[in-house]
Amino acid sequence: MPGYIPNTEAQQLKMLRDIGMSHFEQLFADIPESVRLKKRLNLPQALSEPELLAKMRALAAKNATVDDYACFLGAGAYDHIVPSAVRSLLSRQEFYTAYTPYQPEISQGTLTAIFEFQTMICELTGMDAANASMYDGATAIAEAAKIACAATGRAKIVVAGTVNPQDRAVVATYARFKKIAVEYVGFENGTVSMELLDKMADVNTAAVILQSPNFFGAVEDIAAAARIAHKNGAKLIVSCNPVSLALLESPGALGADIAVGEGQSLGSPLSFGGPYIGFFAVKKELMRRMPGRIVGKTTDKNGKTGYVLTLQAREQHIRREKASSNICSNEALNALAATITLSLLGKSGLREMALLCARKARYLHDKLIETGLFKPAFSAPFFNEFTLVYSGDAAALGENLQKHRILGGLDASAFYPELSGAVIIAVTEKRTRAEMDRFVEGAVELR
Amino acid sequence: MNEKSNPIKTIFELSSPGRTGFSLPKCDVPELSAQQMIPEKYLRQKAPALPEVSEIDAVRHYTNLSRLNHGVDGGFYPLGSCTMKYNPKVNEDAAAMPGFQNVHPLEPEALTQGCLELMVQTEKMLCEITGMARLTFQPAAGAHGELTGLMIIKAYHERRGDTKRTKILVPDSAHGTNPASAASAGFETVEIRSDKNGNIDLDDLAAHANEETAGLMLTNPNTLGLFDGNILKIAEIIHNAGGLLYYDGANLNAVIGVCRPGDMGFDVVHLNLHKTFSAPHGGGGPGSGPVGVKKELENFLPGPIVTSNNGRYKLEPGYDGSIGRVKAFYGNFGVIVRACAYLWSIGAEGLEEVSRTAVLNANYIRVKLQNAYSVAYDRPCMHEAVFSASAQKAGTGVTANDVAKRLIDFGFHPPTVYFPLIVKEAMMIEPTETESVETLDAFIDAMLQIAKEAEECPQTVKEAPHNAVASHFDEVGAARHPIVKWEP
Repeated sequence: MPGYIPNTEAQQLKMLRDIGMSHFEQLFADIPESVRLKKRLNLPQALSEPELLAKMRALAAKNATVDDYACFLGAGAYDHIVPSAVRSLLSRQEFYTAYTPYQPEISQGTLTAIFEFQTMICELTGMDAANASMYDGATAIAEAAKIACAATGRAKIVVAGTVNPQDRAVVATYARFKKIAVEYVGFENGTVSMELLDKMADVNTAAVILQSPNFFGAVEDIAAAARIAHKNGAKLIVSCNPVSLALLESPGALGADIAVGEGQSLGSPLSFGGPYIGFFAVKKELMRRMPGRIVGKTTDKNGKTGYVLTLQAREQHIRREKASSNICSNEALNALAATITLSLLGKSGLREMALLCARKARYLHDKLIETGLFKPAFSAPFFNEFTLVYSGDAAALGENLQKHRILGGLDASAFYPELSGAVIIAVTEKRTRAEMDRFVEGAVELR
Repeated sequence: MNEKSNPIKTIFELSSPGRTGFSLPKCDVPELSAQQMIPEKYLRQKAPALPEVSEIDAVRHYTNLSRLNHGVDGGFYPLGSCTMKYNPKVNEDAAAMPGFQNVHPLEPEALTQGCLELMVQTEKMLCEITGMARLTFQPAAGAHGELTGLMIIKAYHERRGDTKRTKILVPDSAHGTNPASAASAGFETVEIRSDKNGNIDLDDLAAHANEETAGLMLTNPNTLGLFDGNILKIAEIIHNAGGLLYYDGANLNAVIGVCRPGDMGFDVVHLNLHKTFSAPHGGGGPGSGPVGVKKELENFLPGPIVTSNNGRYKLEPGYDGSIGRVKAFYGNFGVIVRACAYLWSIGAEGLEEVSRTAVLNANYIRVKLQNAYSVAYDRPCMHEAVFSASAQKAGTGVTANDVAKRLIDFGFHPPTVYFPLIVKEAMMIEPTETESVETLDAFIDAMLQIAKEAEECPQTVKEAPHNAVASHFDEVGAARHPIVKWEP
């Protein structure tokens, strides 16, 4: 039955008669003849379930997966473990076939889980309040910039040149249409030059925007950036890596006003770029300016604890053109995945995962340098992603690594032409010593 | 064990120090300490207070939480304008294939030809369905698509050197995201009245369409569930004034395979893959809001663009007028896979049945309930029917909200209430095509019963729900003194 339609033609004809019509055509009487399609849409023939799966499998087979190749690519998307329990729980129909929890009496599952998510994001980022999610890390930064401008009444933002280029591009698009001026601060030794930042930030700056660890993997001096931002009356926005926050000090503790970032590392598969999830957390003063949905705790008429969407007066369905953002649907299921992942890993598990990432990254980093073919691009400290300068041909290296079933790092010179030969390598807890040794072998072979 | 009467616990209250729920691999490299790897000043002083539970505790907790939810798989979910149709399971299997799910977006293109091909094929199908020339998958939701489409409109006018076009027209029945998106794109919004038939008031439109008009945002059928038959005239008015026409595709389910926005005069379109194209709603996302454009606007699409050449697929930068990126990477690919699977499953003939049945089902409800509740407009509807509980409110004080809560006792998810804003005590019911006549009849019976209760024993309705896990949450208190995270 095409279209998953239960009613038979006979049943539909009866329904038609019940509503006083005799032809299906009458259902579309309001549509002018001149715009009606005169022939059937030109689409592929409908497939049965087994035929569909075969066609999908054939397409899927044309892609290299991180199951078949050891992935050392990062740059905003990371090959972390997704616990089996996450997949299993996410496939519960009550979670994935439900919609926005506007009716709290029958959505306590979603609402409670989001409340937990908000709590965990606050814990990781050191903030007072978090929302139910944004589309991704990039749009979260862009929305944070808008909030900072609204809160300060200013129209200029200063963005670190070490922020992921894709994220900077999204911020630039959003800023252009809101007439927000964007200035970029250069870097030195892989991190933002605080000297240049100090010169650039002034009384017209709404926000300073930093990413830490940054695109090169280097840890930024958030506290220094906070001092510069605040002495000019500007907000500090930090885009951070949630796994790194098990080891690194939280942006909140270091003076950030808004912490955002990409949450894909917490339980969302790579999925060729999406769906991912942005998180958004703020200091108390900015809570009522936050975009998106927020879940709050309350009681019902019998005093029973429960959860509801709250502070809805900020949102589009109430404030319309005055809303703090137009966001409606967000990435709720990915937020659930993050919540479950953090619950399973827990306090000690996340720290252990972060330590594995950092230790393995150092192993590969040191082994590659030992070959004499790689030099550190920068001496800045890093978490699990680092940039090396390769002395040979980067394309040839990539191809040879592929022969060894390895996805090598990202060629940074594509985004920073001045960094010729620079390659950005990410190492997660999934990378084994054997895989890393294979990477080194693949490079040494080309010597 | 009646989970409904138990207090709702959070995962934090189930924690016990030292418990973990996942086994990580042992470290096979030197076990350096954090201090040995990163200077002290960057290191965390206080560990984040995350839960400490075993796997079984976590699984039970989230399983029990899920039981407090209502999903489409569990029962009727007639949320107007949300198109809560059945989410086919084969689509889930397709999206979960490792060859789609475990692919890094930055792999060399030679290694992701299958993903790129799927995007190109799906773009072709969606362009055919909408009558558009090209389509971007970057927007992650309908509202995101609206923003992208409006940015394209702004860029188009800027390119023409026309800086006077600062206004976007929206009908007074528009979804809140429309004016919110317009504001995010740097526009002012001007509201246009609806006439007594529920259509856009052509005189009001003509009066406001001028050299300051960048465009008009329209849903057709509109949020009242009514097809505005004046659409060609509307297009003419806007185009003659130099503006562009934007199609909010939230209600496409009513007309898919029957007519196309491109043929009605629309220049830009957004689609909701998590509505019309059967991808699940996820409790509030992830969605996908691709944006289609006519050829003249192709230049402004976000980059990168997926191209195909003799069976070889590439990611190319946007054209010289591109508005740039609106999202990292390429869009919610996992959702696109589901939409593609849906279209390959049902084909063109299937789509015709979808719209026809969606409209039939909504009219069936309209006719069966039109005596018990006032119909907002006395004409056949499309895929959704809008009622008003004004008569009930005037009679015994029973409101649309009360009716919605009472429906919960009957096992149904309530329809959308208090939207569109131009209908008092609005109840917007969209059954979709995937519901059986038995389900529709059961829902109709429940609504008729509630109408009777509203007259004869209104307290039963006003105090509803009676059989839910909780009732009448203090939402005012929640907003006045927000508690948005757990505290020990």
